[in-house]
Amino acid sequence: MSEAQVRTLPTIEQAHVGGPAPLVPKRRPFGVWFKDKGWRHAVGIVTTIFAVFPLLYVLSAALDSNGTLVGSNGLFSRFDTGNFTALFNDPSRPFGRWFLNTLVVGLVTSAATVFLGAMAAYAFSRMRFKGRRVGLLTLLLLQMFPQLLAVVAIFLLLSGISQVIPALGLGSQLGLIMVYLGGALGVNTYLMYGFFNTVPQSLDEAAKIDGASHIQIFFGIILRLVTPILAVVGLLAFIGISSEFVIASVVLTDPDSQTLAVGLYSYVAQQRSENWGVFAAGAVIAAIPVMALFLFLQKYIVSGLTAGSVKG
Amino acid sequence: MPKPDLHELPASTASTTRVQPPRAAAHQNAVHQNAARLNVRSGRRGPDSLKGTILKIVLLGLVDAFAVYVLMMLFLSQSWAALVVSSLVVLAINWIYLRKGGLPAKYLAPGVLFLLVFQVLVVFFSGYIAFTNYGDGHNSTKEDAIAAIQLTAQKRVPDSPAYKAAVLTKGGTFYLLFTDPSGKAQIGSTEEPLSEVSGAGKDSTGKANSLPGYETLKFQEIVANQQEILKITVPVSEDPADGTLRTADGSTAYQFKPALSYDAATDTFTDSETGKAYRDSGKGAFADANGETLATGWKIDVGMDNFARAFTDPSLRGPLLGVILWTFTFSVASVALTFAVGLFLAITFNREDLRGKKVYRILMILPYAFPAFLSGLVWSGILNPEFGWLNQTLLGGANIGWLTDPVLAKVSVLVVNVWLGFPYMFLVCTGALQSLPTEIDEAARMDGASPWRVFRSIKLPLLLVSVAPLLISSFAFNFNNFNVIYMLTGGGPRFADTDRDIGATDILITLVYKVAFGQGTGRDYGLASALAIIIFVIVATISAISFKQTKALEDVN
Repeated sequence: MSEAQVRTLPTIEQAHVGGPAPLVPKRRPFGVWFKDKGWRHAVGIVTTIFAVFPLLYVLSAALDSNGTLVGSNGLFSRFDTGNFTALFNDPSRPFGRWFLNTLVVGLVTSAATVFLGAMAAYAFSRMRFKGRRVGLLTLLLLQMFPQLLAVVAIFLLLSGISQVIPALGLGSQLGLIMVYLGGALGVNTYLMYGFFNTVPQSLDEAAKIDGASHIQIFFGIILRLVTPILAVVGLLAFIGISSEFVIASVVLTDPDSQTLAVGLYSYVAQQRSENWGVFAAGAVIAAIPVMALFLFLQKYIVSGLTAGSVKG
Repeated sequence: MPKPDLHELPASTASTTRVQPPRAAAHQNAVHQNAARLNVRSGRRGPDSLKGTILKIVLLGLVDAFAVYVLMMLFLSQSWAALVVSSLVVLAINWIYLRKGGLPAKYLAPGVLFLLVFQVLVVFFSGYIAFTNYGDGHNSTKEDAIAAIQLTAQKRVPDSPAYKAAVLTKGGTFYLLFTDPSGKAQIGSTEEPLSEVSGAGKDSTGKANSLPGYETLKFQEIVANQQEILKITVPVSEDPADGTLRTADGSTAYQFKPALSYDAATDTFTDSETGKAYRDSGKGAFADANGETLATGWKIDVGMDNFARAFTDPSLRGPLLGVILWTFTFSVASVALTFAVGLFLAITFNREDLRGKKVYRILMILPYAFPAFLSGLVWSGILNPEFGWLNQTLLGGANIGWLTDPVLAKVSVLVVNVWLGFPYMFLVCTGALQSLPTEIDEAARMDGASPWRVFRSIKLPLLLVSVAPLLISSFAFNFNNFNVIYMLTGGGPRFADTDRDIGATDILITLVYKVAFGQGTGRDYGLASALAIIIFVIVATISAISFKQTKALEDVN
């Protein structure tokens, strides 16, 4: 933001509050300015307050070791880190472990999702084979069936697997990752397929003539040129998985193996008002990395979303 | 074949090379250099390089080693059907990767494998479960149920002698060491029936209290593990009808016998005290003449029962209709509201010369970046009727039931969902607006159309073409938007006319979750799966119709 913008912002706020707007440039009457731009700022400020307030509220509750829900109502009335120390010193609720578990499950799943999706997109984009069109249509249809609808079947399937191979069954993060990978194709393949198609085929052909194998083309050329969409898919997968509650709550039963979504919910599931401060501290820690990543990469995400939406 | 020079390329490739933009041409040069550096064999489509072949063998070897392990475990657990299917899968994987050609399959196989098992198979499995009475007390075979009834329905044998007992452990399992009235020492655990041992160490009263290879629990340890020890039931013999030995304090044990005795010939349980007979009711449980059933049953196929129950059971029918209506209201209203707000904001900020635009944008998309499961919980704190910020601070101690009044709870859910969803629509609409050609605007203005008219008659229809598929997927997403509902209201406030845990803000998916895994009322997997199938059908029908209308499928051609 330039210096001029900083200087003029207070004007806008005053104008919004309904003051006489003394600092509005003389050459344009206030009415005209408001009709053209001023109302946009008014809308912007109201929306921003609506968007940001809950986040400030949870930040304030996290920094106030008073602890209860009712104690969190005075915003930023106290500042201390008591909630954070309490958060990391509760053996029955191992927050550190939850954080690590979420990180491991999220990273492994999103990396594998990107890889599996990219391989499928490469096949659909570069090869012509029998059943290609049917395959793409089937993927489109399958993604309409969200996995969480089949949560009962997933639970029973995994409990069956636990009896044969306990390491892959109920309570195992590896089992959970495998379940998530069931949705690795679907919408991701579509996003990537569209992007792969924008890389000119002639690059492949040139490399092929130079004697490159399909593996070398895939890893050496294609994957390098489509990095933005890989980042978007990976990030969206990571964010989605770190928020996933239903399947994780059914599969991961032991507190030590749970993810943040399941663990933090258990904090406030019974008595919402009791552990509020500590929960808020956990929520802040859980949200900050995801939000930072999101804002850092938002340009790519926005272009990824709009690339998927705006066709032609 | 020698490496062809660029000039000798086939005409088609050469022509595309010529019309390529400079950047792509640069890429192509890089590719050529890359290929040279990698020292790939020229122009020949032969077998893979040595490195590639080794890598392939190693990877396939690892997969096969794991597969052999799985197959062995399946063999040991005698799961024959699973063994056959897994063997076929392993064969298919090896066939795909060892044969020449069939390249697409090599790239598609891993993803498709997971898709088939955890998406397609589970859907069919859901379908199967929907036709059974799977659930609490009905999760195994009839033989297992009979054994379980005999084990759980036990009463102390009147005037049975007291056994002295000591608690021992080995490898994390608790054992009980008994000294029967005649002084004979016997050991057993929940898993292992009683067996006689020799060489037990005895204390001064003649009570056996130690055994080589086992560790004896001290008094403090017994107190610490009280719960576990109370659960130990040692079968007297392999036959559950012979009864068990149990201890209440870790030092004396009594004999328990089944209060219900099973007669295999007539397939009935008889209560040894009242003489009441329980027969196979044909519904997966033993029932007496009055229809009273024993708690443990077994899994049977019930046909359309679950579906019929959903629409006839009085404690389910009314609430279910309410839930279906609300699910539609919720998802349609969510899409409409978020789209309206998002579009309005996109138009508002679609001005190049608006100061602070970037700051507004970043602040406004923050809710979208905030993890969704936390949003519901945070808002539930703000809206909490008793202690929440809204009532306590903003409204000065008012007592408005934002989450406890059926109508207000629905409004709250929608407001929170708008908070969560408008940034996405804002981003999407901004992208779509910016991709509209600017000449349209100018041309329409020239013809004298008002800005509103330009928007309504030209921009909006154009916008909808590109945004409609997203609105449909947004509808499908909200139809199953579990997190918002479950974290904010938990589906409450509960309906008064049912004993089930169903409430005014429950949507179908939270209902399924509660029926299947809820606290309080028993788990009913069969019913939950039947409801899930109903949702499948609804969502698929609506999506198919609307996709057909927007012709989104044409892209695929």
